[in-house]
Amino acid sequence: MSELKFRDPAMAKHLAETLVHLMQEIGRPVAVMHVCGSHEQAIAKFGLRSLFPKGLDVIMGPGCPVCVTDVPEVDEGVVLARQGVRIATYGDMLKVPGTVQSLADAQADGAKIDVIYSPSQVVDLARGTDEEIVFFATGFETTAVATAAIVTNDPPKNLSILSAHKYIPPVMEIVSEMPESRVEGFLAAGHAATITGWAVFEPFVERHKVPVVVAGFEPLDILAGVVELVKLIRDNEAKVVNTFPRCVTREGNLPAQELLWRVFRPIGGRWRGIAHVPNGNLRFRDEFANVDARKRFDIDVKSLWDYAPPHLAHQCICGDIMAGIRNPVDCKLFNRECVPENPVGACMVSNEGTCKIWHLYGGVPDLSEIAI
Amino acid sequence: MSSCALPVSTVTPGRVTLKQGGGGKAMRALIEKLFVREFAAMPFNGVGLGAMDDGAAIPIGDQWLVITTDSHVIHPIFFPGGDIGRISVSGTVNDLTMMGVTELLGITCGVILEEGFPLDQLEAIQRSLVDTCVEAGTVVVTGDTKVMGKRELDGIVINTTGIGLAKRVVRDNGLRVGDKLVITGTIGDHGLAVMAARHGLQLEGDLISDVAPINGLIAKALDAIGGGIVAMKDPTRGGLSSSLHEMAQKSGVGIVLEERKVPVTDAVRSAGEILGIDPLVVANEGKAVIGVAPELAEKLVATLREHPLGRNAAIVGTCITERPGSIILDTGFGKRLLAEPDGEPLPRIC
Repeated sequence: MSELKFRDPAMAKHLAETLVHLMQEIGRPVAVMHVCGSHEQAIAKFGLRSLFPKGLDVIMGPGCPVCVTDVPEVDEGVVLARQGVRIATYGDMLKVPGTVQSLADAQADGAKIDVIYSPSQVVDLARGTDEEIVFFATGFETTAVATAAIVTNDPPKNLSILSAHKYIPPVMEIVSEMPESRVEGFLAAGHAATITGWAVFEPFVERHKVPVVVAGFEPLDILAGVVELVKLIRDNEAKVVNTFPRCVTREGNLPAQELLWRVFRPIGGRWRGIAHVPNGNLRFRDEFANVDARKRFDIDVKSLWDYAPPHLAHQCICGDIMAGIRNPVDCKLFNRECVPENPVGACMVSNEGTCKIWHLYGGVPDLSEIAI
Repeated sequence: MSSCALPVSTVTPGRVTLKQGGGGKAMRALIEKLFVREFAAMPFNGVGLGAMDDGAAIPIGDQWLVITTDSHVIHPIFFPGGDIGRISVSGTVNDLTMMGVTELLGITCGVILEEGFPLDQLEAIQRSLVDTCVEAGTVVVTGDTKVMGKRELDGIVINTTGIGLAKRVVRDNGLRVGDKLVITGTIGDHGLAVMAARHGLQLEGDLISDVAPINGLIAKALDAIGGGIVAMKDPTRGGLSSSLHEMAQKSGVGIVLEERKVPVTDAVRSAGEILGIDPLVVANEGKAVIGVAPELAEKLVATLREHPLGRNAAIVGTCITERPGSIILDTGFGKRLLAEPDGEPLPRIC
């Protein structure tokens, strides 16, 4: 029951006070965005939002790989599962709604779905059976490298991969270019930057003149990252600052980058509810067609649509919510067709999803007054 | 392979989903909507189905006869720290105990087996049923056995029903503003041990289920504190979070839970971090959360700590007027509302 170094509440209080001073110096509301599900997870888990000053809006951007996996991508997994192919995927993908069904629904209908927590488990799973196994692989560059590693390491013949992997830097461009965007700075994910290196953000900063701070995932990492970001905004300084030097270097992990780009190529594609993101999707290069589930199987996504037209999903405004432009109450589906028991959009699926939080607590709860 | 081989059930309507058995909100909704409504409306003298408590209580003279029933399925059947036999006895004994039972009268045991179930495993389960009954000071007094065809059932299902006597029924809705909440020991041990075993996660090490009958521990507490104990619940499926939500909602109070005071072993904490699963939402099978008058909270903890199953007991929360039905988690950094668990917790990607 030992205390971790980066979880010292006294230090956190000190950083929170610094934030208050910085915001007083700026003297107007400020909005920053993080682009990482793990950042939101830590912010939520440790209750850090209640420490942020009132004028500081820390927006949860399109950084949850589960949330941004697009509806047709989920449909591909569901169709394969319904065809009798055994699907292995991460646990939080199960409830993500597709056009008609989620993988969990397909499972309730009898499809075989295995929950895994590491790509190496998929290899073990495939080795232990003659069945065709499809790894429904989601996540950003961090998990994509792990997928690339199994692909290049003589994978079993009955294993193929449905890649829904995504690449973060291009989506930051999209959010910055949204005309309504209020975002004045970005908190970048430390684990992705461990792979890509922090220099990957320099061209972005150059083009958009907004600061980027690379931050880790412990409560103090995040608070220190936000402090640094607000400082840069106060000083009107657009540059990249790395507050996670214990893991992230300027160049990043070069062998991992080499592996990533040897296996995957970036192509444009939709992120759920956000937009078409140029170079935002990672798909297999032709040399790896043998493990590409899209090449191995005829995935007829339209066969699902005969049962129900994809009308609800089109009305979902998750994208605007994740971009920080609109609130859940602006959505026609919110708390009517779209509820946690039967979510339409991804923001209602995950416990960190903005819509789920609003559904549960009627907005962003203010707990600052509660004392015992 | 282009057509959908399975008939499509559009999302939830028409079918029961696993989520509705996860011990959270979805399960409660199903039970309330389907099973409870009509029975709760029928005349019954005592604490009945409508109370949705751990068991039913019928007044007999100046005592209460308490009945509870539970069907046990678990995969794997044998896991670090226990097996389906131990859980079948402990689960029912603990449900009775949570209603205030101090005298166990006996339990029943119905076993449904799949054709081909290994006899040596069945013998081991029987051994465990006996040993756990001895530990709890009770006995199986009647039973039933059925065998179903291959694949008509996954291995084994055990149903146990227990009866006991209580001098005073302790409910799960008795919390008042100012009351303290005490947990009898570390949380998350059972759920994470079983999850690690089930998914073959190479984390087992110190992850050991806490499954145990805790009637002895609670009898000691009731003896020492008496009416100062105002509510009890065993945080099984859905974990401490689910139990506290239910208690807060039924009692009409808010609860501030101090996360840093909640006892969690290092093994559970690190497994939870790796899997992205909060120990607050995973099952326990040998713990109780107890609502107690504030002036008696310290005494309760001291009493519990004298018992081997209560060594890590701690005061973890306080009932407040604000936000009735909600749990406010004080993390030591800030505060947040704790979400009510909904369905089985699953390992996360990020």
